[in-house]
Amino acid sequence: MTTEAFATGPAAAPTPNAPPKMQGEKVCVFYGDKQALFDVDLKIEPFSVTSLIGPSGCGKSTFLRSLNRMNDTIDGCRVAGRISLDDDDIYDPSIDVVELRARVGMVFQKPNPFPKSIYENVAYGPRIHGIARNKADMDEIVHSSLRRAGLWNEVKDRLTEPGTGLSGGQQQRLCIARAIATRPEVLLMDEPCSALDPIATAVIEELIDELRENFTIVIVTHSMQQAARVSQKTAFFHLGKLIEEGRTEDIFTNPRNKQTQDYITGRIG
Amino acid sequence: MTDAALPNSAVAPAAPAAPAAPARRDFGLRRRHAAERRFRFYGLAAIVIGLGFLAVLLFSIVSKGYTSFVQTSITVPVEFSADIIDKDNKRATDPRVLVSANYPVVARNAVARALGISPDDKAAMRDVAKFVSDGSRATLRQIVLADPSVVGTTRPVTLLATADIDSANKGQIDLSVPEAKRKVSDQQLAWLDQLRQQGAISTPFNWGLLTFGASSRPETAGLGVALIGSLYMMGIVLLCALPIGVAASIYLEEFARKNRFTDFIEVNINNLAAVPSIVFGLLGLAVFINFFGLPRSAPIVGGFVLTLMTLPTIIIATRAALRAVPPSIRSAALGIGASKMQMVFDHVLPLATPGILTGTIIGLARALGETAPLLLIGMVAFVADAPATPLDPATALPVQIYMWSNEAERAFVERTSGAIIVLLAFLALMNIAAILLRRRFERRW
Repeated sequence: MTTEAFATGPAAAPTPNAPPKMQGEKVCVFYGDKQALFDVDLKIEPFSVTSLIGPSGCGKSTFLRSLNRMNDTIDGCRVAGRISLDDDDIYDPSIDVVELRARVGMVFQKPNPFPKSIYENVAYGPRIHGIARNKADMDEIVHSSLRRAGLWNEVKDRLTEPGTGLSGGQQQRLCIARAIATRPEVLLMDEPCSALDPIATAVIEELIDELRENFTIVIVTHSMQQAARVSQKTAFFHLGKLIEEGRTEDIFTNPRNKQTQDYITGRIG
Repeated sequence: MTDAALPNSAVAPAAPAAPAAPARRDFGLRRRHAAERRFRFYGLAAIVIGLGFLAVLLFSIVSKGYTSFVQTSITVPVEFSADIIDKDNKRATDPRVLVSANYPVVARNAVARALGISPDDKAAMRDVAKFVSDGSRATLRQIVLADPSVVGTTRPVTLLATADIDSANKGQIDLSVPEAKRKVSDQQLAWLDQLRQQGAISTPFNWGLLTFGASSRPETAGLGVALIGSLYMMGIVLLCALPIGVAASIYLEEFARKNRFTDFIEVNINNLAAVPSIVFGLLGLAVFINFFGLPRSAPIVGGFVLTLMTLPTIIIATRAALRAVPPSIRSAALGIGASKMQMVFDHVLPLATPGILTGTIIGLARALGETAPLLLIGMVAFVADAPATPLDPATALPVQIYMWSNEAERAFVERTSGAIIVLLAFLALMNIAAILLRRRFERRW
């Protein structure tokens, strides 16, 4: 496996005292007059997987989309508080949203490959950001991204075929390959497995665990088992508030909050 | 399954405790099926009626118009008599005599000789003169100017027959009408038969219908100027309306914030699409001709007016096409850091292209058939010479149809239908082009 293209940081386990990769402080999000998030304080540790859980409409996706300013595309959406990437406020006017999204990539709930060839899907990000210097460079980026996403063996003979012709699980891995091809520092995943069958889900979960070496990952999931399997840190949202956050094993074995306990044992949600 | 635990549940009548089969419930199936059958019948009837009207329309146009695509011609040996063309033998010093020579007499004499009529029979000669179109003047002049040495010789030339003789040859003259009220006398019909037996009469394809300009004589009237005028206008509409329309739609759909102002613009665009086309003609007259001083009857003004008229159609179609692109594609592009413009031009626009092209071609087809605004800017004019640039006077296909339909001669009736066939053929071509383009672009995805 080629990994040198991804050696963007130490592949070591996070030290407890490392500064957070991303941090939300008193984050409030409004859709028009309706407030969707209330004073969320959350630290995203580098080179670990943070999962956001909670019932539908609790604001976990809203928080995730605030992390790379995808909420900007929604008319009437307003974010208050401070969200920082490496201690830089990402809502500061001096930050270009294009650069932010190149550093904080995203994988969506529904696989959404471009209706172009598999190669073009992966090459698009590096091309617009000018990452590859020449064709050989680009080939290397595309191939290693597909390998990282565990898709290489399945598509290496049909890189010119449309990405939309792949199966659902393959499409989602193609989207992951596309996201990591721009070498982001943080990877946001919004329920990446909700449209997939259990086998494809297992493949992607394994992949997330591997990607943790090089990327900081934030994942929204509806599956408590998934959160328990893939994440080191878990945050529980309810009705727009961050109820509890902590190490995943603590949240699932020994929740401090009654609501969290009710949710993870299936009594609410 | 918690239902199973409920004793004697109302929704589970087939419990083991009740051995008797449950009474069949009435779901109103018969009524529902009847309603569906009725509805299908109505739909089918609507289609049959629609197709029936279309068939009647096409049959009426084609049956009236197909004869206009052939034109009766007379091929006779023509004596380029020096006595008539150049009586004073001055052509060596003054070539202008060859231009102004009396060629119709040359043509008349040629036909008279083929029929064996004495040149002294003045009355007969007058009737014979009605065989050959005045357009033969130009035909013979061209031959002589190209090669002055033909003067004094005899060679076979194909001359256009007049519209009356053309109608008679096509069997369109009603012989039950008394001779005095007919445009073609019995004597002329006899001569026509005589010429036919000699093999002098032919009916070749009527290229003149597509190349000649306006003329008061049906046999030399054609759609040439109208075709060029329509072509210029379509080009101008395409060049102006497509970029402006697509740019406006992209801005409104992808970049503009949704607020009162953009709502107001949207309402106005939708209203513009419903404005009667003659109003656009008035606007064009006031703005382009009176204010900007562009020439009257010019295809450039027509093109601008039709651009204004087509813009709303293109904008509405383009916005619909853009809106039909799934939002997930936009999120995907933005999510890997594409700028909004890269998102639009790399991903959204290619997916919307088939819809945009379809809308554009439908708008163009509508503009091609538009008559009313062109009447107001003076494109209803008698233009005999082909326009060299879009600034020269021209007419348009539908306007030419309108003008010909006002003419009284029998030959113009068939030419009107012939011109309609030409217009419909162009519309069909454009629609086929729309379908092919859409297929081509859709195959790429």
